[in-house]
Amino acid sequence: MAEVSLVDVSKSFGAVDAVRGLSLSIADGEFVVLLGPTGAGKTTTLRLIAGLERPDRGNVIIQGRVVTDEVPAQRDVAFVFQQYSLYPHLTVYDNLAFPLRSPARRVGEDAVRRKVQQVAELLHIEHKLDNRATALSGGEMQRVAIGRALVRDPAVYLMDEPLSSLDAKLRAELRLELKRIQRELGTTILYVTHDQIEAMTMADRIGVMNEGVLIQLGTPREIYERPNSAYVASRLGTPAINLIPSELLGNERVPPQARTVGLRTEHIRISSLGRSGPVARVHWVEHLGDQNHVHLRLAEHSLVTLADPAQPLKAGDEVSLEFTEPLYFDQAGNRLGAEQSRGHA
Amino acid sequence: MAEIKVETVAKTFGTFAAVEGVDFTVEHGSFLVILGPSGCGKTTTLRMIAGLELPSAGRILLDGEDVTALPASARDIAFVFQLFALYPHMNVRQNIGFPLRCQNYPRAEIRRSVEETARLLRIDHLLERRVGGLSGGDRQRVALGRAIVRRPKAFLMDEPLGALDSEFRRLMCAELRELHDRIDATTVYITHDQLEAMAMADRIVIMNQGRVEQIGAPQEIYDRPNSMFVADFIGAPPMSFLDVQTSLRRGDRRIRIDGVVVEMPEVFEDRAEGQFALGVRPENVSFADASPLRGRVIGAEYLGTTQIVTVTTANGQIKARLPSAKPVQVGETVGLELRPDRLSLFDAVNGQALPSALHTGGYRG
Repeated sequence: MAEVSLVDVSKSFGAVDAVRGLSLSIADGEFVVLLGPTGAGKTTTLRLIAGLERPDRGNVIIQGRVVTDEVPAQRDVAFVFQQYSLYPHLTVYDNLAFPLRSPARRVGEDAVRRKVQQVAELLHIEHKLDNRATALSGGEMQRVAIGRALVRDPAVYLMDEPLSSLDAKLRAELRLELKRIQRELGTTILYVTHDQIEAMTMADRIGVMNEGVLIQLGTPREIYERPNSAYVASRLGTPAINLIPSELLGNERVPPQARTVGLRTEHIRISSLGRSGPVARVHWVEHLGDQNHVHLRLAEHSLVTLADPAQPLKAGDEVSLEFTEPLYFDQAGNRLGAEQSRGHA
Repeated sequence: MAEIKVETVAKTFGTFAAVEGVDFTVEHGSFLVILGPSGCGKTTTLRMIAGLELPSAGRILLDGEDVTALPASARDIAFVFQLFALYPHMNVRQNIGFPLRCQNYPRAEIRRSVEETARLLRIDHLLERRVGGLSGGDRQRVALGRAIVRRPKAFLMDEPLGALDSEFRRLMCAELRELHDRIDATTVYITHDQLEAMAMADRIVIMNQGRVEQIGAPQEIYDRPNSMFVADFIGAPPMSFLDVQTSLRRGDRRIRIDGVVVEMPEVFEDRAEGQFALGVRPENVSFADASPLRGRVIGAEYLGTTQIVTVTTANGQIKARLPSAKPVQVGETVGLELRPDRLSLFDAVNGQALPSALHTGGYRG
């Protein structure tokens, strides 16, 4: 059953169309990530579901009930913001207990204690319960902020870049942890980020947004392997997919409508000169420890591919290229052969 | 171009030792990155090189000249900060030319230098634009332009890309490194982002709690970390460690982990019974059904090309980087194989790497 549905929702602020004709259904226990650059409409979408914004058009449905006209408190949602807004004068325990002690809920202190203890264990902060919230590290504070949402049992958790203020290491740890918690509790999460790694590693489904439009919705693997446009293809993958004019392939198997070809780094093979295939020059070899990024020049175009650190390549070398599994895009940037599921353009 | 020498420099603020006996040389034209967590002393070190802080002990030499006591303005060094402040009421040309106008350079020379700098940064088409309407990247380029227009002997950069989002940061990394090569500058660059450091540096200085942990080329540090701190700080995901209780003899090429024998590089030291940590990088772990080293899969993170699989074993958690085509089930028990010649062994008490066929000494901070 769908926990949350948006049906053809639009929202503008003055002349800016923040969200345009968005339809999206999130199933019970599903982790959906909206991915897009700043200004794509991701946060507005969350705020529309939370009731912090009213749609100009369309409906918001939570657990089968149309909530479009309801205020935030009437909707069964919990919001986790980017900044961990904790109560600095309270202990970790009291911060976690706060949402349960609200007069509207009337939860007994015993039940509060059980719930707080359970969430604290889940988040590995049970040894910090008596600390002041301000005496925690950044990662611990963000865990408390997430925990404050978790003590409640809403229909859906709405999370707006909750990890973006943390350093890379902590972000990687919490990514794995958040996914584990979601799986263990079977919670429904709609999560917003501009970080493709977060989207790929945590999402059951990713919704790629740009300029207020949901461009593609699918599992991380679908989005990565079968993007419906060059735009979506370029949003996922590090290093980014190589997009070059299709005539550079010099291959009779290129479909006639193709204008651009997309080559993921793992689909470019480098071999020594003499093999068939286009010839490129090594421009720069970037050493990243576990792998090398090889920057190549093919005609006037730059390509990036991966090479084993043991492969002896240096700037100036000429190499033959072989391409496997190329993606073809037409003039408009749509992938040839993709089932077009574009929203309202 | 310049050579920068930092000699046993220390800095204390009251009773707090921010930097303790730091020693390194930045060669002519090289790109050195100081990497470390917040509070490790990297910014203080950079500020001492710039002349914005006076060292409590030690010397700083710029091209052999002792500049320790010289103020920032008397050192021919440009500083690029994390938050680039541009003058909003000026256009790009005026912003870049500002440092030259302050020093009363002739008009024609300012024009020539500004245009040459803009060409280097590929923003010459934006010279007459207001900075307010520029994209984040172009603003960053203007800020860089203002730093390089004077052609100083060295550039000091304090997380100049810290405010940018991750994808854009990668692009600017490549651009900065290319710029460095084109103008043949000496650069000292600070970051807490190990990927930035790996991507740009000729050499990396890793700092921790005011001290240098290791100095070396990126690949060297990645392959042969001196300490568990370095092994854990470098790499995404970082090195995994297995706890081992054992004794070691010089010449050992095997280690027993709870009865499971694992091959490793030859150890060059005798060690009494104690706690050790066997370190392995994710790309050197593979699944092998027959392996007696068993663990349970607790998570798989899809990354497109590869996936990171987290496995718990009786002796610790191991992360493996596997092709994303490999089917992996959370909850399943798997056998693990570790690539023998790439394993590091650490003393778990002091965190230092043991000398071995892989680790043959090297720098000790």
